[in-house]
Amino acid sequence: MLRTSLSIGLDAISYGMVLFIISIGLSIMMGLMRVVNLAHGAFSMIGGYLASFALKSAGLGYPLAIALAVLGTIVIALPIEFLLYRRIYRKSDELTQLLLTIGIAFVIIGVANYLMGPTTKSIPLPAMLSGPVDLGFRMIPAHRLFAVACGVCTAGLLWLLIDRTGFGIRLRAAVDNGDMAEALGIKTQILFSATFALAVGLAAFGGVVGAELLPIEPFYALRYMVVFLVVVSVGGAGSIPGAVAASILLGLADTTGKYLAPEYGEFFFYLAVILVVFLFPNGLLGRKH
Amino acid sequence: MTDRTLAEDAIPARIAIPVELRAVAIMLTLAAFGYVLFPDDLAFLTRLISIALLVLSLDLVTGYSGVATLGHSAIFGVSAYAVGNLCLAGQSDPLLLLVAGALAGALMGLASGALITRFKGLPQLVLSIAVGQLVAALANKLSGLTGGSDGLSGISPGRVFGIYAFDIYGRTGYVFSVAVLIVVFVVLLRIVRSPFGLLCRAIKDDSLRARMIGARVYPRLVLMYGVSGVVAGIGGSLAAINTGVVGLDSVSFERSAEALVMLVLGGAGSLWGALIGSIVFQVFEHYVSAANPFHWMTMVGALLIAVVLFAPKGLLPLAISLTGRVASALRSRA
Repeated sequence: MLRTSLSIGLDAISYGMVLFIISIGLSIMMGLMRVVNLAHGAFSMIGGYLASFALKSAGLGYPLAIALAVLGTIVIALPIEFLLYRRIYRKSDELTQLLLTIGIAFVIIGVANYLMGPTTKSIPLPAMLSGPVDLGFRMIPAHRLFAVACGVCTAGLLWLLIDRTGFGIRLRAAVDNGDMAEALGIKTQILFSATFALAVGLAAFGGVVGAELLPIEPFYALRYMVVFLVVVSVGGAGSIPGAVAASILLGLADTTGKYLAPEYGEFFFYLAVILVVFLFPNGLLGRKH
Repeated sequence: MTDRTLAEDAIPARIAIPVELRAVAIMLTLAAFGYVLFPDDLAFLTRLISIALLVLSLDLVTGYSGVATLGHSAIFGVSAYAVGNLCLAGQSDPLLLLVAGALAGALMGLASGALITRFKGLPQLVLSIAVGQLVAALANKLSGLTGGSDGLSGISPGRVFGIYAFDIYGRTGYVFSVAVLIVVFVVLLRIVRSPFGLLCRAIKDDSLRARMIGARVYPRLVLMYGVSGVVAGIGGSLAAINTGVVGLDSVSFERSAEALVMLVLGGAGSLWGALIGSIVFQVFEHYVSAANPFHWMTMVGALLIAVVLFAPKGLLPLAISLTGRVASALRSRA
């Protein structure tokens, strides 16, 4: 009993941390730019493809591949931001945003399939991360611990960035009152672009780190998008602690459901979502807009 | 938007032809066109009609009442499964099946509406997704009722009015579906112009003000969700009756998302917009996806982006303003 609970807890945390790394970018975008970006998962997928390409075809090392994936995805995404996303920041209605971003996701899926084919692309792990680690009560793939470490580092660094730097101060000012921030000389347009790049980079990073749990294939972009959206909503848009709590809670609901009643699929996950939305309509730690 | 629709719907043009009559005439013409253009593919057209009903149903809650939902296929699918099971249990009169499907849709609509319309914005959207996914997970699990991933097959409805059997070419199915669509559409034209329909639109435009003038917002929205459920249920029943199979795709997230795309493509907040969006999207899909399913995704994506950039209110308002411009240009020349 205790062993099972510990096992579930461990898997839930590693899954939750992957969800966190990917979803936090979406959450920040939603908090700052008020954009429901349904193409967020597509950017994770691009990161995964780039890493797979760097490792298998270009023969780069794992850390270098991650860096390439993150930077490459940002380079691919910035023109899209310039041409399309800029139009829908803060003002458009929800339906327009859904339509535009789902359109972007469709195009990326189509192009990815054309270039990379419909099969799942693996991201080979370095020897250090591919073996099991003995935790005393069970063996766990080292990769999962790596995912947890990545999640904790991401949360910590983001907190530092938003709470302790000039960029973070401007960002929070723009979230609280965009017009006033602009009037005080903060260039919100540049701030939005930088935040977009940050969100996309995090998405790509999460896509690479989480590829063992969420395998990279063309329909990745839509298949897991729902889950990311749910994490943001449950956590509260723009809140880092909220996103951490939501990721772990939902990771727990999903993992527990799949351990104890695998035939029910996602049932318990979405049941938990409905309960949380009812109890906390603004997210676990979100603020009312 | 509201001004245009009100003026257009309530005050008939110079010649006093009721809106309903005009609608029937236009739809009969469209149906005849469809029959001439796709004589060998009536199955495609009947499928198109059942999806069009789903999009109309979505329009009632999203376009007319301002509830954003990505889980509407749950209603469509539950009705399809209900009709399939009823038919397999020996109840094969198509009209009876249709009524049963509408009833199932109403119940499902009221239940999900009661959940979803309590919230607004992102929580609402996520709740609608969750309801949809919950139903999809159950449909997969309860394979005794749904056939699981194999789907429910062997649904063979009896003759319409005891006379017209469903034939292999789908002629009976097509006529039956067109008739159902026209009846539903005419009824909906009345509903959206009734005091109840106008109140829903007022809630969409400004729910606080609607509350101030004494409207009870939540019960109205739930009721509209019930109406919408009836329409989606009829669509689901038609799908089950015409194809004879119900698969997991009828409750899928993709189905809901596609319906929303069709609605916004045509123009939310107008029944004609919903109809045109579903026709344009599906005919487009029919041709392009035959060539290559993935190029199809790229093309649809590009189409969606183009719509947002060049016709943000949907194709119908774009067409109206274009024809208006052409007409005034012609008039000024004459």
